[in-house]
Amino acid sequence: MDIKVHVHGENGRPHVVELSGEIDVYTSPKVKDAITELIDKGHYNLVINLEKVRYIDSTGLGVLIGGLKRVREHGGSVNLVCTNPQIKKIFDITGLVKIFGIFEDEAAATKALA
Amino acid sequence: MIDPLTPGVEHLGIVELRIPAKAEWVAVARLAVSAVANRLPFTLEELEDLKLALAEACTNCIVHTEEDDAIDITFDASTDEIRITVRDHRRGKPESIAASLHDERTEGLGIYIIQSLMDAVEYRVDARSGAELVMVKRVLS
Repeated sequence: MDIKVHVHGENGRPHVVELSGEIDVYTSPKVKDAITELIDKGHYNLVINLEKVRYIDSTGLGVLIGGLKRVREHGGSVNLVCTNPQIKKIFDITGLVKIFGIFEDEAAATKALA
Repeated sequence: MIDPLTPGVEHLGIVELRIPAKAEWVAVARLAVSAVANRLPFTLEELEDLKLALAEACTNCIVHTEEDDAIDITFDASTDEIRITVRDHRRGKPESIAASLHDERTEGLGIYIIQSLMDAVEYRVDARSGAELVMVKRVLS
C-alpha cells in the first residue's frame, strides 16, 4: 500500500498534484507534504488529480481541506479531478462537494481556476 | 441500541483480529473485513463501505491511544449482517473519551462517515478499559 505523488505545472498556471494509490492515515502525510511545499512556494491555485486514487479516508479529506483553507487565505483555490464513483460518494456524504470544485478531467479543473 | 440477531438467522462465525495501534496496520484491518464480509452477499460497493468504516474506526483509535497499544477487532458474521466491534485502550475521563470519538483534527468526519455507511453504530466508553465501537452492516437482498 502506497501513494505516489507527481507534481507538475508552469509558472503563472495552476500547479497539478497527481496522486496514485491509497490515501489513508499512513500515506496522507506524504500528500500533505507535497501540498504544503507548493503553497510555501507561493502556488495558491492548485488542481489535485484523484483519478488514480483507489481509496481515501477522513485523514486524506482532512489534508485536502487543510490545503484549501491555506490557499484561500491567499485568495487561491483547489479544484479536484475525480471520476471514481466510490471516491465521489465520500465527497457527497461528507458535503465536501459544496466546498471543492470537482471536475471530470484535468483540463476542465485547470481552466476553471484560470 | 443495536438489535440482537433475528430469530432464524444462521450465525456464520466470529473472527478476531488484534493489530498494533499504528497507521501502517490499518490496511491489514481493511483486508480482513473485506475477506470476512465476502462470505456474505454484499455488493462491491458495500464491501468498500465496510473497509472505509473500519479504517475510520481504527484511525480514531490510533490518534487517541499510545503507539504501543493495540486495537482489538471482532467480526461477527451472520447470514443477514456483519457486526464489527473495535476496541482500544485509550485512557481518560469517560466524557473526554466520548469527545475524542468525534475527532476535531479530521473535522469529525470519521465518525460521520461511519454513521453514513453503516446501518447501526453504537459506542461505549469506560475510563479503565477504553472505547468500544460497534457497527452493523445488514445484507439488503
